[in-house]
Amino acid sequence: MRFWPQVIEFARRDLIAERRAGEVVAIVVPFGAVALMTLPLALGIDSAVISRVGPAMFWVVSLLFAMQIALRHSAADRPEHRAMLSLLGIDPFARLMGRSASSALLIGVFMAAMFPMMILFYSPDLPDGWPAAVVPTVLAAAGLAMVGTLAAEVTAGLRSRTTLAPLIVAPLAIPLLVGGSQALESLGKNGSILPWTLLVTAADLALAVTGALIARPLEEAAR
Amino acid sequence: MSIVRLQGVSLTIGVTPILRDVDLDLAEGERLGIAGPNGVGKTTLLMVLATLQSPTGGTGSVLGAVLGTPEITTVRREIGLSGHAPALYDDLTLAENLLHVARLADVDSEEVPRTLAEVGLEAAADRRAVHCSEGMRRRADLARLLLTRPRLVLLDEAHAGLDADARVIVDEVGRRVLGRGGAFVTVSHDPAALGRQADRVVELAAGMVRS
Repeated sequence: MRFWPQVIEFARRDLIAERRAGEVVAIVVPFGAVALMTLPLALGIDSAVISRVGPAMFWVVSLLFAMQIALRHSAADRPEHRAMLSLLGIDPFARLMGRSASSALLIGVFMAAMFPMMILFYSPDLPDGWPAAVVPTVLAAAGLAMVGTLAAEVTAGLRSRTTLAPLIVAPLAIPLLVGGSQALESLGKNGSILPWTLLVTAADLALAVTGALIARPLEEAAR
Repeated sequence: MSIVRLQGVSLTIGVTPILRDVDLDLAEGERLGIAGPNGVGKTTLLMVLATLQSPTGGTGSVLGAVLGTPEITTVRREIGLSGHAPALYDDLTLAENLLHVARLADVDSEEVPRTLAEVGLEAAADRRAVHCSEGMRRRADLARLLLTRPRLVLLDEAHAGLDADARVIVDEVGRRVLGRGGAFVTVSHDPAALGRQADRVVELAAGMVRS
């Protein structure tokens, strides 16, 4: 099987597993909604502040819960799976990209669920033309999926995986967080989203190249 | 032609020697049993034969590829391993698990139902792996080896969790791999369990092979 059909097959398998396990839809999305709701409760009745911080909170919650999605249990390969896939001659980068693709879709679903909740809880003043910010947002979701998948691979089999992976992710996710959030800010100041979109695209490409370079050494090291 | 040739192979993990000076030859059409108590390195030796673990000393080749070199990736598709734990994804059904393997291995997906029937799992094809008994999961793992047709089959405690009927499937896996000019290796802590599946049994003790 060639590279892209392998990517599609891995993404398909992960999405079937997620449909059955329901980790994202039944667990992560409700927890994300609770997290998004908590800050307005903590700030009290200062509606101007709540309105101002809404989009920023959306991005912070998206970043934190994107890691939960990328590290979800149903998408973890056990040693016997890794051995089987190695012996099937699978390209480790295809497996990584397939996992990233399924995580990107699920992170996109999570963000799509959080956005109306952010509107509901924070009532932000969204600028005209805000739908244009969907483009850098989708690209940021793809980047978060890739960085989360890479972190999951680096920490595979470690006892401290759930602690260590977010520590790896945090610095690598900064350009994605900045690009995605500042695109909306820029629209509010009648600016262009292009520089921020390019920043997120460059980060995505850098992550993809990194994945291509380290996928096989990581697979060999994981045994 | 030699399928496996190990000469003075050793493997140390950290400071612990697991395998020591192992010499082993396996010819086409041969069924080898490796016996030994728990913790003597049987599974590690199987991982070396599967090319998934590189020796730290000695030399060896599997299906013509020299261990510890990049060429091992070219022969991996011809190796089938069924380890302690069946390589099944819990949230997929048995049929979906085999279909996933078939697609990745470029095997006709039409063969999946037939293979499941061969191991007596046609009625459980749509059952999620997590809801299957250990014996059923073992059978499904053996079905994977029937589906992918490797030339070197490696079984770790092949009989664990299998009833008498299912042991016939292990025989069938062996019969087919020998029919393809391959070889078959099974390891067990119970030498009596190897008798039926092996033409030759070697014993592993403290990481060393005794014929």
